[in-house]
Amino acid sequence: MTSVLAQLLGPGLVITDGAWGTQLQALGLLPGECPDGWNLTHPDRVRQVAQSYVDAGSRVILTNTFRSNRITLAGHGLADRVEEINRAGVTISRSAAGARARVFASIGPTGKMLMMGEVTEEEVFAAFAEQAAALQAADALVLETFTDLEEARIAVRAAKTTGLPVIASMVFDSGKDKDRTMMGSTPEQVAGVLAEAGADVIGANCGLGMEDYIPVAKRLRAATSLPVWIKPNAGLPELADGHIVYRTTPAEFARLAGGLKDAGVSFVGGCCGTTPEFVQALHAALLA
Amino acid sequence: MEDLKKLYDAILTGNFKIARETTQQALAAGIDPQALVQQQMIPAMDEVGRRYEANEYFVPELLISARAMKASLELIRPLLAAKGAEPAGRVAIGTVKGDLHDIGKNLVAAMLEGAGFEVIDLGVDVSPEKFITAVNERHATLVAMSALLTTTMNSMKTTVEAIKAAGVRQKVKIMIGGAPVTQKYADEIGADGYSNNANAAVALARKLVAA
Repeated sequence: MTSVLAQLLGPGLVITDGAWGTQLQALGLLPGECPDGWNLTHPDRVRQVAQSYVDAGSRVILTNTFRSNRITLAGHGLADRVEEINRAGVTISRSAAGARARVFASIGPTGKMLMMGEVTEEEVFAAFAEQAAALQAADALVLETFTDLEEARIAVRAAKTTGLPVIASMVFDSGKDKDRTMMGSTPEQVAGVLAEAGADVIGANCGLGMEDYIPVAKRLRAATSLPVWIKPNAGLPELADGHIVYRTTPAEFARLAGGLKDAGVSFVGGCCGTTPEFVQALHAALLA
Repeated sequence: MEDLKKLYDAILTGNFKIARETTQQALAAGIDPQALVQQQMIPAMDEVGRRYEANEYFVPELLISARAMKASLELIRPLLAAKGAEPAGRVAIGTVKGDLHDIGKNLVAAMLEGAGFEVIDLGVDVSPEKFITAVNERHATLVAMSALLTTTMNSMKTTVEAIKAAGVRQKVKIMIGGAPVTQKYADEIGADGYSNNANAAVALARKLVAA
């Protein structure tokens, strides 16, 4: 295990952060606006989100760089700002974290499908390698919310060119038991392929709520000797008066998270619908 | 007929080269193109859909089967058109205004093409006006809208309203889909249907054009 991870995990389970997008929306991000662009235009508000997680007790916070690869930024007319946006993302999270938290930089998928020929393997590798290099000042890289194992594998290889520890996390929400990725991969296949590609931590995030991720966590735990990372949603989204709401409360989320701890998960946090209150509740439930 | 079963199998297993070859051979042998579609190709895609619903197939298998189906249809469609046969329907599909996510939309488009629909792909970040233009100028009979984000989902509502305001609501059926979308939302905004995956979207599209 790399020294950053060994040091973090020494005392036991690590609580990470919650969702960023919904928090940025609460601060005025408009529908359809690129959240990552705010690293340049509204760094103060992005810092506010980072700070809220550090203050809630997150020992690892991410960065507002989920979409900051060249392919995705191109859709927002920001392809020429890849380096700036990523660097700013790390700087912002670092300034909020200080010595209290580690900064793991977020890398999301391109949103294009390799198997439909929308992008080539070379283009995907180059885009992730470029983004990863611009995130070099982070403590680790988190490849999150990937749905295609092949794209995740390429991203891990690209991220490893930085020499930083790499967490690789996929969405499991398909199949009758909700234990497959969109492309049909099982936790065992994901753990095997991503470990082989060089990942230092294997994970699952988004797509499902806490309860549904416990069996996935157990299977990842059994399939690999690497640490496991899990960030579920606050349940499944529901529509109320034209607004999307997540029904799981922080207390319920944290109570169910005991199952992740029992399963031997190393990093626990939240995805869509979670807030700093969820991080506080995780603390109370898991580390008390 | 042994050779025609090969076409069925090629589509079921997503082998587009064999699908194309067997189609060419069948057509050269004088087999009725309509019969090929009805007796081999559509049943093959129906079986693909059944396997998907049964969790035996996942998205990659759907995609390669749809691609094989498309390869075969490309040879057959001109012959059907020459006989005056219309496509199953004409769909204008797009990810709504403000949303740049196109994986779900592309999956549905591929499956609809595989099912014999003519697909007008309007891309991502599609304004209500573009959907209306596709109805007026390209004679789409079905509008299919996708959104991944809860924040952009509302563009579906404004698009339905714009289609009504443009006076063409009665000309089209409207179907919607995407991660945050539900049947309840479809009802609320006055869409004609919702589906939660690319396979179900085909069944829905067939139902809507038949209605």
